[in-house]
Amino acid sequence: MMRAVFIGLFALVLGSSALAAPEKLTNPQQEARAVALQKQLRCLVCQGESLDESGAPLAADLRRLIRERITAGDSDSAVKAYLVARYGDFILMKPPVERETYLLWFAPLVFLAAGGAVVWIVASRARRRFGAESQGNDHVLERTVDRT
Amino acid sequence: MTGEIGLLALCLALALAIVQSFAGLAGARGSGGNAAAIAQGAAMGLLVFVSLAFGALIYAFVVSNFSILDVAQNSHTAKPLLYKLTGAWGNHEGSMVLWVFVLSLYSAFIAFAQRGGARLTSAALGVQGLLAAAFLLFILLTSNPFVRLDPPPFEGAGLNPLLQDPGLAFHPPLLYFGYVGLSAAFAYAAAGLITGEADASWARAARPFMLAAWIALTLGITGGSWWAYYTLGWGGFWFWDPVENASLMPWLIATALLHSALATERTGAFRTWSVLLAIMGFSLSLVGTFLVRSGVLTSVHAFANDPERGFFILLMLIVAIGGALALFAWRAPKLESGTAFHPVSREMLLLLNNLLLTAAAATVFVGTLYPLALDAWLGKKISVGAPYFAITFAPIFAVLLFLVPFGPRLGWRRGDLHSAVRVLMPAMGVAVVAGIAVLAIARPASAAGDGAFALATWLIASSIIDALRRNRERSFGWSAAASTLAHAGLGISLIGIAAVLCWKSEASDVLAPGKSLTVGGYELRLRGVEDTQGPNYFAKRGNIDVLRNGRVIETVSPEKRTYPAEGQAISKTAIQTTGISDLYVALGDERGHGSWVVRVYVNPLAPLIWLGGIVMALGGCASLFGRLRLWVTKPFAYAAAE
Repeated sequence: MMRAVFIGLFALVLGSSALAAPEKLTNPQQEARAVALQKQLRCLVCQGESLDESGAPLAADLRRLIRERITAGDSDSAVKAYLVARYGDFILMKPPVERETYLLWFAPLVFLAAGGAVVWIVASRARRRFGAESQGNDHVLERTVDRT
Repeated sequence: MTGEIGLLALCLALALAIVQSFAGLAGARGSGGNAAAIAQGAAMGLLVFVSLAFGALIYAFVVSNFSILDVAQNSHTAKPLLYKLTGAWGNHEGSMVLWVFVLSLYSAFIAFAQRGGARLTSAALGVQGLLAAAFLLFILLTSNPFVRLDPPPFEGAGLNPLLQDPGLAFHPPLLYFGYVGLSAAFAYAAAGLITGEADASWARAARPFMLAAWIALTLGITGGSWWAYYTLGWGGFWFWDPVENASLMPWLIATALLHSALATERTGAFRTWSVLLAIMGFSLSLVGTFLVRSGVLTSVHAFANDPERGFFILLMLIVAIGGALALFAWRAPKLESGTAFHPVSREMLLLLNNLLLTAAAATVFVGTLYPLALDAWLGKKISVGAPYFAITFAPIFAVLLFLVPFGPRLGWRRGDLHSAVRVLMPAMGVAVVAGIAVLAIARPASAAGDGAFALATWLIASSIIDALRRNRERSFGWSAAASTLAHAGLGISLIGIAAVLCWKSEASDVLAPGKSLTVGGYELRLRGVEDTQGPNYFAKRGNIDVLRNGRVIETVSPEKRTYPAEGQAISKTAIQTTGISDLYVALGDERGHGSWVVRVYVNPLAPLIWLGGIVMALGGCASLFGRLRLWVTKPFAYAAAE
């Protein structure tokens, strides 16, 4: 614990990636939490990569910052809130569901519902026509298999 | 001289493109005649002059002619010949010339093949001519690749090291063949609307172009994903990056189009919908180009840095998409076919396929553009990353994949669900067993991975059953081979993805020489890091022994390369494919006293992800080959069928 805090302080003092020790926490549970968190947060200077995937120095600094917060006793949501307070919602790979993102989150459902309604109309019309055509005309069924 | 020849060729190409568009559209009104013939001649001439310009640009790159600005900014004498060649299109100006080159190739092929009758061909050539003219104007006005530099510099600035890779040498041309191939489908769609001939023979005429575009897009996306996997050094294969999404959207729509056109070809069903999909497919290609080329992706404000280009593409986007949609709204009601089919039929499955693929594409569209829109309107910055797509895109796609095997087993107009279920039952059994088995052995269990595994097995097993069944019924032709390969390929890719979700293991540590780390049953021991150099870079090469049960089975050598000409460093991962599992090793930073950060990923079955993409593309090739063969060997029968 003390060692990790010391490393964190050391990192703050140096403020660079020239750290002599690995970025890992010795407590495996805490380390797993850190890894899970850095998958949900994005690298601020790359395109579309999470902190977990990014090779940028800033991402490495943030990975260390996450470990600092965890060793300081923060819960996962507290770590996220800490980072959101500093970098905005931009840092979250999964945008929060709020007024400004309702459209984003519910758009797929709207697409499915609207498309589903169209499919329903097309299919029921086609069925009516099929019913009208195939009355007393059963051999229509035979023209089926694709052999081209 | 090279530059002037190239520029002159581009100007002449523009003139020919304008001739092609006017003559083509005029030819669409009459019954053939001179105008149509002029359009064909112009299309051939367009190909000649664009090839000349493209050739001149490539030549300038090969001989490192630094008196041309584009070459000076993007090349270097020390680059290997391959990257001098590919550097010709590894930059904005050159890639636009490549775009027009591919467009004129497709135009010439439309003129040569003359499919779907004289009027339709002529109208399609007219629309292609308009597109070519727009892009040539764009090049000449905003992105001239042949601008001279006086005095020429002694040495060029070099090419982005990330692009100096055999994989990326062929990735952009493939994607362009896909994007631009959709322009041919778009041209046929507009032509069908203009002439009012968007019927079954229209679908047969346009289908080879849709297939060619789809095959190229499939291979291009597969290649891009493979490149991201082995160069970015973090073991991921898809990042839901806006640039990746820009290529995924046209692919999803092209896939929907191929299936919808299947019904149009056979019964004339869904003809308005096929036309609309063809328009949407190319529109999304344009949107993708706009996103990638205008710079709005890195920041909405980057758009203002190069307003000319951005606004030109935006204008083109609005005219092309708006024009096509207006044409659609005006003419499409006349195309209505009034097809009849039962809810249990192949048509119904194709309809559902289209619903789900379009909804998936629309979801990707919203996810990609929403952050840009929110930033532009409210100045609020958000990120839409993989977790969003896992919640929205993945379930839609999972439903689609579950339905896939039923399609080929149901007949047209009226299918037999009972017999389909009976035939597919063994595949269902295999999938359930596979799902339970994975659930039992995967630790920690991943619900998504398990579901993906079951779906993948379901796809592969049912494809095999379908193929065997058709073989027994003696109806296993090229089209059956196509659907078997394409659907099985999807399953193969999905197995790779599922395996990575379930069993990927990773480790990273700072290693001093002689020290080792353990991951997924392997022990990796750093022997040392040495200096080495390539044709135009210096590198640190880590030599790492891979041990299994205490015995050295392999030595891998990941590198960290520095390109002095470009002043950039990249990492070259070492990927050891043992059996069907990837051992992926990347060298990180130096941490003093000869110790280095080493990152290792064990990705079981990962190569299947890309193998599946290739199998899918082979399916497309089978369909294309079947059609071309029929068209070449029995032209008369084919014409009669049209």
